[in-house]
Amino acid sequence: MSVRRLAANQPESFAFSAESLEQVKWWIAKFPEGRQQSAVIPLLWLVQKQQGWVSEPAIRLVAETLGMPVIRVYEIATFYTMFMLEPVGSHALVQVCGTTPCMLRGANDLKAVCQRRFGDRDHLSADGKVTWQEVECLGACSNAPMAAINDYYYEDLTPETFEQILDEFIAGKPRAPGSVIGRQGSAPEGGSQVLSAPSLYDGSAAKALKSIPNAEPTKRGKAKEAAQ
Amino acid sequence: MPKAKVNGVEVEFEPGMTVLQVAELAGEEIPRFCYHERLSIAGNCRMCLVEVKPGPPKPQASCALPAAENQEIFTNTPMVKKAREGVMEFLLINHPLDCPICDQGGECDLQDQAMGYGRDDSRFALNKRAVEEKAMGPLINTVMTRCIQCTRCVRFISEVAGVPEIGLISRGEDVEITTYLGSAVTSELSGNVIDLCPVGALTSKPYAFNARPWELKKTETVDVMDAMGAAIRVDSRGPAVLRVLPRINEDVNEEWISDKTRFAVDGLARQRLDSPYIRDNGRLRPATWAEALSLAADRLSKAKPERIGAIAGDLQDAESLKATLDLFRALGSANTDCRQDGMALGAGPRESWLFNATIAGLDEIDAVLLVGTNPRFEAPVLNARLRRRWLAGDLAVSLAGEAADLTYDYEHLGDTAAALTALAKARSGFAKVLKGAKSPALIIGAGALSGPNGAAVAHAAAQVAKAFGLSWNVLHTAASRVGGLDMGFVPGEGGLDARAMTAKGALDVLFLLGADEIDLSASDAFRIYLGSHGDAGAHAADLILPGAAYTEKDGLYVNLEGRVQMGQRAVFPKGEAREDWTILRALSERLGKTLPYDSLDQLRARLFADHPTFGQIDWAPRGQADLSAIGAAGDLGDTPLSSAVKAFHLTNPVARASVTMAECAALAAGPAKLAAE
Amino acid sequence: MVGILEDKDRIFTNLYGLHDWGLEGAKQRGAWNGTRLILEQSPEWVCDQVKASGLRGRGGAGFSTGLKWTFMPKTESARPHYLVINADESEPGTCKDREILRNDPHLLIEGALIASYAIRAHACYIYIRGEYVHERERLEAAIRQAYEARLIGKGNVHGWDFDLFVTHGGGAYICGDETALMESLEGKKGQPRLKPPFPAGAGIYGCPTTINNVESIAVVGTILRRGASWFSGFGRPNNTGTKLMAISGHVNRPCVVEETMSIPLKQLLEDHCGGVRGGWGNLKAVIPGGSSVRMIPAHEAETALMDFDSLSALKSGLGTAAVIVMDQSTDIVRAIARLSYFYKHESCGQCTPCREGTGWMWRVMERMATGEAEMKEIDMLLDVASQIEGHTICGLGDAAAWPIQGLFRHFRHEVEERITNYRAGRPHVQGASLQAAE
Repeated sequence: MSVRRLAANQPESFAFSAESLEQVKWWIAKFPEGRQQSAVIPLLWLVQKQQGWVSEPAIRLVAETLGMPVIRVYEIATFYTMFMLEPVGSHALVQVCGTTPCMLRGANDLKAVCQRRFGDRDHLSADGKVTWQEVECLGACSNAPMAAINDYYYEDLTPETFEQILDEFIAGKPRAPGSVIGRQGSAPEGGSQVLSAPSLYDGSAAKALKSIPNAEPTKRGKAKEAAQ
Repeated sequence: MPKAKVNGVEVEFEPGMTVLQVAELAGEEIPRFCYHERLSIAGNCRMCLVEVKPGPPKPQASCALPAAENQEIFTNTPMVKKAREGVMEFLLINHPLDCPICDQGGECDLQDQAMGYGRDDSRFALNKRAVEEKAMGPLINTVMTRCIQCTRCVRFISEVAGVPEIGLISRGEDVEITTYLGSAVTSELSGNVIDLCPVGALTSKPYAFNARPWELKKTETVDVMDAMGAAIRVDSRGPAVLRVLPRINEDVNEEWISDKTRFAVDGLARQRLDSPYIRDNGRLRPATWAEALSLAADRLSKAKPERIGAIAGDLQDAESLKATLDLFRALGSANTDCRQDGMALGAGPRESWLFNATIAGLDEIDAVLLVGTNPRFEAPVLNARLRRRWLAGDLAVSLAGEAADLTYDYEHLGDTAAALTALAKARSGFAKVLKGAKSPALIIGAGALSGPNGAAVAHAAAQVAKAFGLSWNVLHTAASRVGGLDMGFVPGEGGLDARAMTAKGALDVLFLLGADEIDLSASDAFRIYLGSHGDAGAHAADLILPGAAYTEKDGLYVNLEGRVQMGQRAVFPKGEAREDWTILRALSERLGKTLPYDSLDQLRARLFADHPTFGQIDWAPRGQADLSAIGAAGDLGDTPLSSAVKAFHLTNPVARASVTMAECAALAAGPAKLAAE
Repeated sequence: MVGILEDKDRIFTNLYGLHDWGLEGAKQRGAWNGTRLILEQSPEWVCDQVKASGLRGRGGAGFSTGLKWTFMPKTESARPHYLVINADESEPGTCKDREILRNDPHLLIEGALIASYAIRAHACYIYIRGEYVHERERLEAAIRQAYEARLIGKGNVHGWDFDLFVTHGGGAYICGDETALMESLEGKKGQPRLKPPFPAGAGIYGCPTTINNVESIAVVGTILRRGASWFSGFGRPNNTGTKLMAISGHVNRPCVVEETMSIPLKQLLEDHCGGVRGGWGNLKAVIPGGSSVRMIPAHEAETALMDFDSLSALKSGLGTAAVIVMDQSTDIVRAIARLSYFYKHESCGQCTPCREGTGWMWRVMERMATGEAEMKEIDMLLDVASQIEGHTICGLGDAAAWPIQGLFRHFRHEVEERITNYRAGRPHVQGASLQAAE
């Protein structure tokens, strides 16, 4: 990571769409009165979802919306690395996890694919369709190596499958996210070896409990006893 | 009181103190960069690490750790030493070795502490980090590669100045101190970040590469840029004042000064009156003292006593006021006034024109009504104290007057004096707040007291103060005002006030003692100007007697609280200029009315004898005004209540001569003005 | 049977998302069963039971969850109490909470209600890392279900008014630190706070706050349903219960699995992951608790148990029980150098040792990885690491130092060899080429 700066070319203005505005209200309402600043990260994220990146006018608007000094929003936009401060690829923002667990299983090969196809990281590709980045651990280590493309995880990649997926994105027909080798979540390849007991799923666990272990007599319990 | 041991020595401490403070009580010096008594605790530099028992087996940041009963604190163990040396090494690996060209050199915390905790070699063989410079306006110079990210500047600007415009962006080793996209800091206290910066990252732009601290003569004196009388240190080299820094005075400015106090000093070298001048055929020509004094004596002695008068300016020391007053009374004139703005105070007991709650007393108030004042521009440091009180919670503020950003919230009662009348009658709203307050205060600005309805406004405000039990506090803007009023530098029996003296045909000779803030266009008198700068007064003068600026004379100043403070001479007056009282003394001799003092000491003795309050140096009374005697009832109508200060950076001749202040004023006036130019 | 834990004793029965994650499915599997009975007990009872179960925080530090709850004020005041759930799962190697969030969210929601009741909180925030977009959507949907079924919310069927909100981060590992998380939740940069004050005294918005990991909260409902002794019956004393373990790196079949505490590391890898790639003999080292703990070499891994005491005896730690396996083909210096880069990238920049030291260590580690460093830099690096460790506001400084210390504790000879080879004109090829590529 180098120093994060706002893009040199900025739009004149930014306004939330009607849809985003609903979300803005919803987020602010989650926090106690007077604590609306708590919504700053979600609001910047809404900006990014609407605009593709976070522009300078948007930073000012978020500051105004939340009653914050603009320098504080600027700090936040540059501190949190999910916020893209420059426009990103029109078809895909590819974030390859490069941290050790993914590296051990071939993340460097995925990075090589991106480098070869799109040029340097953190920049728009020549055709403007893709931006790729190396990011730090995305928390899907048992399905390494993986990449987040436009927010969703593609897991258990190989350079070959990764390229296919990239092609699909560029063609505008991305597949559903998840393990590309058909693993069930983070179950071991070939299928889960545990959680096969039918009693777990036959509804027996849903049979209403009459009591719980170690319970102390409660008011209600005492009342019942007295009634009897 | 609880006790703790510092390196085995037992000390008592007050509950709530930190380990760092307790260690200092015991006489141990704790190195620090981020910690500052007057800012929130950041605990980020890690230089103040100490060992504490009981506690975890690792060093603790003493600045942030509350001291506890029976705690054992160690400040000199091998663990502590290694920890601090480690921190110092980390601070230095990316700090440039440019001390020889750094303005902080010689007064740099990092330099000093590196002597104690630094290595004599470097183990860091890699490239040092370079950080882009940041624009922060005309006052603050940045060399950001030197920054050690202590965030004192961020905390000061956000907490004390109340103008959150500096931040620490990005993260990790890439963090950078900056304003939003390089905009100038708009606080009128911004210069304090230069003092706070422990390294040479933020330095004074006007002072850049001017001098080394050890070359400077340091003179402790008081400020005259506003009526607060901040404690300052004037650093000079030879005849030149190079910079002004704050001194600590807990009761007045703590350790802050305004940007005007700090940066107007280049005005001391410009537009100076360095020789007597006489107007011949409409043009001023240099003259000798003999010529000038003869002319002055000639004009004054030829005029009838009721046809001469004196108006004193805003920056005058008490001694020059006293000498002027004594001279004019000796000449038989009752025409004397120190209120260029026509302020409707000056009769009766002095409490009516004092800031009776005292500045330090602001910490204790719980409600305040501001009348026709913008404390942020009239006394920025006082305003910072109000802000701190507000931040502490439970301070209700309201303003009757022109709305402005004061850096704290307030209830706006209205723009005009009608708001006062309404408040007096009100039963709810802020009236209720005032009623319920334990220690409420009224602060009335010079602007409210000065208009044509000044007396009526004063009366109305006093009635409100009386009704709600508010302390009466006048926020003056002129450093000389309280001193002038205290010695009765007001019209004598049947005398003319300042406005009347400047009217057409009012006088034959008008003596202007540093008076630059009054409209002289109508006056057709022979005008003698005694002062330091070629400002409004000098431009209108027929005869100029060059005097000393505030850094060039010993003098007493009475601040708005009534606190008498001693100013000291840092440098000599310019050229032929003389200390003001000596000029008056010489003139009196030529008039045959020799003033009865041959030295400043004798003058002061006379002053103290006539007005004992002047003898109470560095002490502020804490009385209450007789509210029924203030002002005069009158029709208020919708008299606007506006601040006396229209352009913060340009309020006096020194500031108006300052290039730095001119730049700031242009910036403050906004883009509209810049575009028009 | 594989492993030790039997299916009947598993808490996370939809760990792999094979069944309905929604309310109906969760109820079918036993969630929300008896919750009302639990809330009929006193908050003290809940804390006592959780203490008795031996549950230790699942976020890495391993502090007793029940005990932590008792630090909260015993009565409600004008300052509301808050529960905050740390779902900022970012520790390299760790991907267990993700499975709860997306596949068993109702266990978390139920646990949040019970824990909030125990600490007398009527509101809870779940702070989920920003990158978990899918997981956040799933969690929000589950919470909507719980509100609609009046299991939570004001006037819910359980009689304890309770609001549950999800908020999210923006890409900062440091927000996994509880005080940095609070800052971030309040809409600030994620820079850890100084302690004291501790969260139970002044947490979010200056109010009493308890912060727990997702897994710590999600197991609470089942523990109370089945009894403290049921839970404490797994594992060794002081290391009890079941635990989600995430295995990544050089095993044949990486996975996340719920196991008993104290399961032998070797058994965990062999039974659940098909063993180390190329056989146990091909094992080089294991980082057993997420990237922040020191690695253990193969011969120690042989006998290590997956619990707090066994691993700390090996100068490592259980951490989040995220096992990163490295076989003999691993360029172990580069693997650790990559972690050093991670910590440098994630340092918040607030305090000096971490801000300056993590970058220094990373750069020296890069030189170690290629072999171009000088021999004396090894001791210097360890000294620098010791100057960071224990001197910072939060634990990130320690976390950055430990992997390096672990490397040199066990593989110093490899680094020395690499440096010697480099000087002998035989640069380590893999490292050198990687360096060139970057």
